[in-house]
Amino acid sequence: MDEARIARCGLSPRLWLAGGWLLLALLAAIFAPLIAPQDPLAQDLMLERLPPFWLDGAEPGYWLGTDSLGRDLLSRLIFGGRIAFIVAFAAATSACLLGSTLGLIAGYFGGWPDRIISRIVDVWMAFPPVLFAILLVAVLGTGLSSVILAIAIIDWTRFCRVIRAEAMGQSRMDYVENARIAGYGRVGIMLREVLPNVVPSIVALLSLEMGIAVIVEAILSFVNLSISTDDPTWGSIIAEGRLSIHQAWWVLVFPLITLILTVLSFSQFGEALKTRFDPVLR
Amino acid sequence: MSACLDIHRLSAVLPNGQRVLRSVSLTVQPGEVRALVGESGAGKTMIGKAVLGVLPKSVRIVEGEMLIEGEDLGRLDAKARRTLIGARTALIPQDPLTALNPSRRIGPQMTDRLVRILGWSAERADQRIRQLLDEVHIRDPERVLKSYPHELSGGMRQRVLIAAAFAAEPRLIVADEPTTALDVTVQKQILRLIAQLQRDHGTAILFVTHDLGVVAKISQKVSVLYAGKVVEEAETAQLFAAPQHPYTRALIAATPRYTDPFASLRPVDESVLAGLAAEIAAADKGWRPSHG
Repeated sequence: MDEARIARCGLSPRLWLAGGWLLLALLAAIFAPLIAPQDPLAQDLMLERLPPFWLDGAEPGYWLGTDSLGRDLLSRLIFGGRIAFIVAFAAATSACLLGSTLGLIAGYFGGWPDRIISRIVDVWMAFPPVLFAILLVAVLGTGLSSVILAIAIIDWTRFCRVIRAEAMGQSRMDYVENARIAGYGRVGIMLREVLPNVVPSIVALLSLEMGIAVIVEAILSFVNLSISTDDPTWGSIIAEGRLSIHQAWWVLVFPLITLILTVLSFSQFGEALKTRFDPVLR
Repeated sequence: MSACLDIHRLSAVLPNGQRVLRSVSLTVQPGEVRALVGESGAGKTMIGKAVLGVLPKSVRIVEGEMLIEGEDLGRLDAKARRTLIGARTALIPQDPLTALNPSRRIGPQMTDRLVRILGWSAERADQRIRQLLDEVHIRDPERVLKSYPHELSGGMRQRVLIAAAFAAEPRLIVADEPTTALDVTVQKQILRLIAQLQRDHGTAILFVTHDLGVVAKISQKVSVLYAGKVVEEAETAQLFAAPQHPYTRALIAATPRYTDPFASLRPVDESVLAGLAAEIAAADKGWRPSHG
């Protein structure tokens, strides 16, 4: 039994590929000052628009080339990862806590708590999310904490809807009825009988949401509404790359690849985690 | 001495006013097994749920009393009612596949109730559970206690649920078709187990079933239910020897017999059903809930 379980985990390349990329990116972001080959902010007009290492005219030490101000692209991507991960973890966790709690309450208790929470979710989802984000950041002011807050405020509904549906299904289960007969209180049943069964979904959603937070942050950076300092972010690099696409395609392409790989990894990692957290699927 | 369970003229309605229970009265004496038999939709599960306080929200009790050991459930506030039901009753559910929480191990699921609701010490609860697992003939309690529900067979899970039901020494157990979801080969063992534990512990059981064969094996008294109305009530032996109501006679006649496996099945006769419909209509005519 245990051997079979280990073997099955070993056979999940999805988990290892996604987890591997995330770990690599995370470590690079944490140790950015140690491993970045250049200063990400240092400009040198003598070195502008250097191509990546396999093309003619590349300079050693500038592996992915430079942008139109002569800044090293690889170093900027590594440092940009710091903001991406901070936003991903902080925003997704906040959205998750808020949305899952409300979803659990709405789904398990039903009745008027459900009606109130569901109406709020309906109203919330009527706003186009990106416009909502831009509006929020405009109101809250730019900066890291406003970006995190904006994403959490917009995306809690995603957790709320899914967890509500799952908790609703759970609350009709015989073991919930048994717990009521035994004399457990409603809150006790919610935490003891319902919550453990929705944890796999919460984990999957949380990971997915981290990917979404990375995208939203990139979108906000792209429209110049994210972090107002000079710190490189993936979104701002993409925005700059768009301007020089005909002279230096790499400035656009590498951050895009990084972004796509990261977002994809988050969602795949979440799916794989879900199966590992679920005692029936495991 | 008061009855373990006393239901008196209990009526319940759906939101559209349709009656699902029609002045049901029945008693279960301490240590007695009372079978509640009827076809599906007759309201037998509904009675069990009413006793345990877990009726669906749409079903409303409009008349009658339920007393557990002389205490009127209708006169208690919600909290006191829950405490009383929790301490004196237990359920052996119909479907062992959905009655255990899939994401929790068996051990904690079984001891939790003893520790948290009844305030036992952890060791005492653990010992008690092991003793009960032994009584339901589970030979490797270590493995079972550490398992998740999906790692056990349906029969094993039903044994676990039976052990859990008896663990807190309830005075009354509601067994809701406890063998229906199981393989035929396992049904007999489970039935024998329930009967054995019932005798050893002296627990009263309200045994809900549609299977007259099961009724004959396990119960001392029977109530026959049709459309939420008790049409006949008798000692089990007497019911089979001399059924009084035409519907009971038809039910007994409809039971397939192993001695004659090639005989065609006999459905309940049209005239009997027509008679029942008339009886129900007569009962509903002029009926008003006495309160509520």
